Amino acid sequence: MPLIVSAFVSGLLFGLGLIASQMVNPAKVLGFLDIFGIWDPSLALVMGGAVVVSGLGYLVAKRRGVPVLAPRLEIPTRRDLDPRLIGGAALFGIGWGLVGLCPGPALVGLTFGPWQVFVFVAAMIVGMAVFRLVPADWPQVTFRREATRMDG
Amino acid sequence: MENFTPVSALIGGLMIGASAALFLVLNGRIAGISGILGGLLHPARSEIGWRLAFLAGLFVAPLVYVASGGVLPPVELDASLPLLILAGLIVGFGTRLGAGCTSGHGVCGIGRGSPRSLAATAVFMVTAIATVFVIRHLIGT
Repeated sequence: MPLIVSAFVSGLLFGLGLIASQMVNPAKVLGFLDIFGIWDPSLALVMGGAVVVSGLGYLVAKRRGVPVLAPRLEIPTRRDLDPRLIGGAALFGIGWGLVGLCPGPALVGLTFGPWQVFVFVAAMIVGMAVFRLVPADWPQVTFRREATRMDG
Repeated sequence: MENFTPVSALIGGLMIGASAALFLVLNGRIAGISGILGGLLHPARSEIGWRLAFLAGLFVAPLVYVASGGVLPPVELDASLPLLILAGLIVGFGTRLGAGCTSGHGVCGIGRGSPRSLAATAVFMVTAIATVFVIRHLIGT
């Protein structure tokens, strides 16, 4: 039960941050991505502030070794770059740039945004479901041996 | 830079960072939205509760924001229906294939210095900027 309460509070705080920073507004996000137009650097400050505080949280979590409410830390340990990571990130960026929505703001926008947000979220969930059909070893890498296929 | 809102951006960013820090220290997990949502498509029974609770927090956030006196920002979306569907499909598939999005890689991953997240964030920033460039300045409106 405490795990559920803390997850709810974390989600709430995350959502409040996305609203306060106006990152729930796709026009604001596109203003950042449009570096050749009237550039709006706001998103860089959002990420900068978030990275610093989440980094401090990581230091605290590492120092403690064990989470307060859970048996162990579930942190990805892989450090290698592979085609799935790079290809997936490249695809995500294209989709993000097309309309200015990424998963967090899209979910927060469901509650008060226009109907278009529902369409995006529905398609996003379908996209996630489609990914479940992809074999674990796709795309095949032929130029080197994979040391591990475990992902975090 | 006439749309630049540095104060609200920084405050919001600190809140997002605090959320990620809280989730890691308390629950021991990465606050990656695509991972939390995507994990619900094939959940371990013990994970359904906290995943739904985190998403519920996201859904309730606008209500809490208004209740505490805040004014919600607009959600300006002028994409066509086919474009919305295409973008949603690509974002859903791409974030699962790449194991993260702006939150998991961009905020949490860079925060802990993960080389994979640094690379992923650089890649999705570049392709997103390129996509906006093509749409706004090459195709143009």
